Amino acid sequence: MQKRRIIAETGAGQHGVATATVAAMFGLECDIYMGEEDMRRQRLNVFRMKLLGARVIPVKSGSQTLKDATTEALRDWVSNVRTTHYIIGSVVGPHPYPMMVRDFQSVIGREARRQILKKEKRLPDYLVACVGGGSNAMGLFYPFFKDKKVKFIGVEAGGLGFSSGKHAATLVEGSVGVLHGSKSGLLEDKFGQVKIAHSIAAGLDYPGVGPEHAYYKKIGRANYVAVDDQQALEGLRLLSEIEGIIPALEPAHAIFYLKKLKDKINKNSIIIVCLSGRGDKDTDIVAEKLRL
Amino acid sequence: MNRIEQKFKELKKQNQKAFIVFITAGYPSLDITYKLILEFSKVGVDIIELGVPFSDPMADGPIIQESSQAALKNKINITHILNLVKRVRDKTRIPICLMTYYNPIFCFGEKRFIEAASVCGVDGVIIPDLPPEEGDSLIKLSRRHHLDVVCFISPTTSIERMKKICAIARGFIYYVTFTGVTGPRQNLPSDLAGNLRAIKKHTRKPVCVGFGVSDSRQVRQIYKIADGVIVGSAIVKKIKDNIGNPDLVQRVVNFVKKLKEC
Repeated sequence: MQKRRIIAETGAGQHGVATATVAAMFGLECDIYMGEEDMRRQRLNVFRMKLLGARVIPVKSGSQTLKDATTEALRDWVSNVRTTHYIIGSVVGPHPYPMMVRDFQSVIGREARRQILKKEKRLPDYLVACVGGGSNAMGLFYPFFKDKKVKFIGVEAGGLGFSSGKHAATLVEGSVGVLHGSKSGLLEDKFGQVKIAHSIAAGLDYPGVGPEHAYYKKIGRANYVAVDDQQALEGLRLLSEIEGIIPALEPAHAIFYLKKLKDKINKNSIIIVCLSGRGDKDTDIVAEKLRL
Repeated sequence: MNRIEQKFKELKKQNQKAFIVFITAGYPSLDITYKLILEFSKVGVDIIELGVPFSDPMADGPIIQESSQAALKNKINITHILNLVKRVRDKTRIPICLMTYYNPIFCFGEKRFIEAASVCGVDGVIIPDLPPEEGDSLIKLSRRHHLDVVCFISPTTSIERMKKICAIARGFIYYVTFTGVTGPRQNLPSDLAGNLRAIKKHTRKPVCVGFGVSDSRQVRQIYKIADGVIVGSAIVKKIKDNIGNPDLVQRVVNFVKKLKEC
């Protein structure tokens, strides 16, 4: 495309770090839009991006989180489209982004499918993943789409609970709307004004969701559920203590949901959970919340 | 023939160009917007674009973003704006377009919106984030109710797409000067005249130029090469600079007069 500059938006900073990494490797200029609130709670990743030579541009509008960073990145992109490519961090945005990002992320599901068949000689019963925009979940689910017996569960952020209005459970509690170039699930008021989402996990803190997830819900291919902030923290502790893996706050939501699945499974059931991101980025928040 | 088509017919007869004003509805209040519309029509503004405030105005720069936020804080919604147009129709025939992002229309219901807009006396809709490819149902509805869906062409529009847009465009074609968002710019781009000529090869419909226009020099330049000019952020900024001032309406109208009579 003969473009020398890439931009991206980022919530938790994982996508920002990945983009900064590739820009460093290929000698491209790199600007990452990040909500100011997210920069505060994901300091480690901000540091990483800067270390990799990217510029992290704080977004002060709206809730100062992922939605606002995406809007600002889109503004930059339309203004600089001739010199700049926008690498979107999730399966959201205008076509063909949801499709492209899904295709790139489906390495997750392809490898998982191959490996589980090799190891267990059969397909899993459940796939569980957290859903913010939905990229890690779509990456895991998509290669199993035709395997009808494999059940998909997308876990959204219940934040401070539905009655508080402070959550990010778009498919569970939201309606349909058009944001950032696609028609999908959206947390909005009756006039179509987008609501401000909330989650302890920066990467889930988005009032929209990828349109393909909305489609999976519509056709019944996947079920979407919500886990709140407190439960996510419990999920994080569970995996740390039982498996010695400290997950990021985002997939901690998926981990917690395994407790709810208890009654639907037996000891021969196979469940694959996608662990997106990494836990070190959240140590500050978790230490504060858990008072360790 | 609706008011927009009529207006351009009249302008052509008089060898005049259209001066189109954008303001955010409900900024700083519905009352001020009402007064501004009436005063604008008295000083010869040709068409009014009323911005429907939206939480995530992707195509807008800081000035219009801020005005949108302020209007939303005052809980302004589409119903208020439709009622405002209805009220103002008693006093003026000036063509009025609603400029809105798609989601508020989607949530209101396309059919319900077009019908209500038509009844209230709206003449056109301008939707920056609805590509014509997604606008089939809305365009059909609007035709039925004699509302114009104003389409955009930008410096990055391909020739093929430009031809398609010219074919479905109604009212006027909105040519966006820059790759970018709304907001005043020092200079108009050098490829403006060339790009307008290219569009004119494919359509006889009026082409009006907007985004970035903030002074009379630019308005003059555009009058030479296009059928009309659209000024938005510069006027919204004038409103912002005069908030709290009892002479706000007069000052903003004077500013608009000076721009218009460049």
